[in-house]
Amino acid sequence: MWKYALKRVIQGVITVWFIATATFFAMHAVPGDPLSGDKALTERIRANLEIKYGLDKPLFTQYVIYLKNISQGDFGISFTQENRQVNDIIREHFPVSATLGILAIVFAAVGGVLWGALTALYRNRWPDTVIMFLVILGISVPSFVVAALGQLSLVKLNNLTGVSILPVGGWGTVWHMILPSMVLGLGTMAYLTRLMRSSMLEIISADYIRTAKAKGVPPTQIFTRHQLRNAILPVITVLGPSIAAITTGGFVVEIIFAIPGLGRYFVQAVQQLDYTVIMGTTVFYGAFLVFMVIVVDIIYGYIDPRVRLE
Amino acid sequence: MAEIPMAPALIDAAAFTRIEQTEGIHGISRPSLSYWQDAWIRLKANRRALWSLYLVAGLMVFTLLGPLFWQVDPAQQDVEQISQPPGADRNITLVPEYEPWYGSPDAPGEGLRFVADPSTQHVRIQWDPMPGAAGYRVYRNIFPIGPEQALGLPLQETDLSQTYFEDRLDLQPRDYFYTVVALDPRNKELDQLQTIQGAVTRVLSPSEARARGLIAEHAQAEIGSSYTLALHPLGTDYLGRDMLARLMHGARVSLFIGFFAPFLYVIFGVAYGSTAGFLGGATDQFLMRFADFVVALPFLLFMILLKVVFAIGPGESGILPMLLAMVLLLWPGTARLVRGQILQIREEAYISASRLLGAKTTYLVMRHMIPNTMGVILVTITFAVPSAIFTEAFLSFIGMGVAPPTPSWGSMCNEGIKTMLTTPHELIFPALLISLTVLAFNLLGDGLRDALDARMRNRE
Repeated sequence: MWKYALKRVIQGVITVWFIATATFFAMHAVPGDPLSGDKALTERIRANLEIKYGLDKPLFTQYVIYLKNISQGDFGISFTQENRQVNDIIREHFPVSATLGILAIVFAAVGGVLWGALTALYRNRWPDTVIMFLVILGISVPSFVVAALGQLSLVKLNNLTGVSILPVGGWGTVWHMILPSMVLGLGTMAYLTRLMRSSMLEIISADYIRTAKAKGVPPTQIFTRHQLRNAILPVITVLGPSIAAITTGGFVVEIIFAIPGLGRYFVQAVQQLDYTVIMGTTVFYGAFLVFMVIVVDIIYGYIDPRVRLE
Repeated sequence: MAEIPMAPALIDAAAFTRIEQTEGIHGISRPSLSYWQDAWIRLKANRRALWSLYLVAGLMVFTLLGPLFWQVDPAQQDVEQISQPPGADRNITLVPEYEPWYGSPDAPGEGLRFVADPSTQHVRIQWDPMPGAAGYRVYRNIFPIGPEQALGLPLQETDLSQTYFEDRLDLQPRDYFYTVVALDPRNKELDQLQTIQGAVTRVLSPSEARARGLIAEHAQAEIGSSYTLALHPLGTDYLGRDMLARLMHGARVSLFIGFFAPFLYVIFGVAYGSTAGFLGGATDQFLMRFADFVVALPFLLFMILLKVVFAIGPGESGILPMLLAMVLLLWPGTARLVRGQILQIREEAYISASRLLGAKTTYLVMRHMIPNTMGVILVTITFAVPSAIFTEAFLSFIGMGVAPPTPSWGSMCNEGIKTMLTTPHELIFPALLISLTVLAFNLLGDGLRDALDARMRNRE
């Protein structure tokens, strides 16, 4: 168990190093740099700025310095926002994105498991048909459309009732979080519902269910102890990749709902070619995702005794 | 016990006739079907999958043949019809040429009033002096003024002597709400205000009509006569471009990416995954670790990078980099899946049997491995299409994909979302098409998976 975890963590560190390297060289392969922006600089100022940001050194030296800094958790200073540490940007905006993401994941997982179990119980009857229709719809509609339509209907609803039921955009209170996290989690919830349904249906015909029935275990107990617990396993496996999907979806939701999260900053930095912010957020996001997948895998081995972690 | 006759009775040979051999006695009760024939029959039996197949065919017709029937240039702007929903009134009335106006103090009526009929040429309002006012500020809104006093766009400030205002700013045929607020000497708003509502009619002067080709160059233009503007079945967008034409042309980008990218990366993934799975051992380990690294790469960043490598500046369309970025970054999923399949099949008894009979590696791969993974690969492609369409839409939506003049469903959504509250059709049509396409491919994928799964053969 510990050996497995250690192995995965080492693998994770190598992955993060790979991401950092790829990002670094990719960013430096791009012609143009943040100093060749709209302001025309004299040769002298330019040279001074290059020294300040270390751009005058050979590429490999820059790379070594960069690796040394990130291994100490220092992502450098933003190029476009003067004297702002990338660490500060992450510290300030990541909690917002994380809150949104966690709420969305919880919403998606709880909803997915419940709806999936319900559809399997009422297989081929009307609740199944209705929910599966909604699920197909949820999978087929892009997140930005869901976000826009959600916002639109909220505006209409607020206008209709005359009171502001929920805020339409922005961030701050719990009320601000409800609609964005629901919108963000909807696609994943639909996907998890489908997964849960098929794994429930597979389990219904398993031998141990028949045994339990033969033993005379009450149906509710069969459902909670035998079916639900086993059917949840595949849902947990995809939670890791789902976190990645929700992070990407978060970019759009943050833009549409005007939420000051890290995703919005990332898109902005990419447009402004802000080297350090891009590299910092990329490595940070990459490390976060790798870490989440490892955590999910370890949890999985803990929950499912059939998987031996070696 | 019945008595057994001692001697056999005479049997009359004529009582017996030879039975003609009929079909069906020797034949097998059901015709022998190949794997694909069988899958096709089961796919046809699945109503949802069949409908989604029709839907996909319909989309192809819409994209490929549509522009032949609806030959409107998607870039052409119809400035008389901006942001018009489908089925909007297309009539336009000819009015005299514009002449400047400096208020008509003796205009009839009380309070805030229209001096002439409000039209797209001009809206002229006049009001009576308000007590205590040192000046006025005129606002225009497209929504009714609610209790929260959102007055809309401030158009002009006038001094005390001017109690009239002429609006010529980007007028569209719709309802407008004009508000005049009294100002104190420091230009602070007093709480005296008057609001008026007016429906603006669409008009055109003869010179404009000639420029647009609505009337012939030297023909007599009769003031007051009305003309019909060009038809836009699905309305127009915020620049007056035809939605239907844009959707058809946008479909090309979306479906091109949607089909081509999955096709390419699935092929690459199949080659990669089957190599890893077949070779096994250290090679497999190395290849799969590399795939893990690629999965962790941030897609957006490499998208931008490729855009620049292809020397495509900001504001230009980057279809090729988008395609390349997707191919370079999205193959590991397929590779993993195919590797798993190959590993599984490699251990199957029929492979051992075939090998025992002397089959060579190439034969094994071509005859057993690939055909047996074909179903999985086909299903992967079908599910990859909607996700590629999603990715294209997502990238164009955040402005990293197709740039403005080229339409794509994603970029149309991006533009439509800005005017969502006033003209929702600009968002709804492209969003609907994306959703329908994705829906069709998802249902088709489901159907294909069921149809191609040999274990499903005897269920039902």
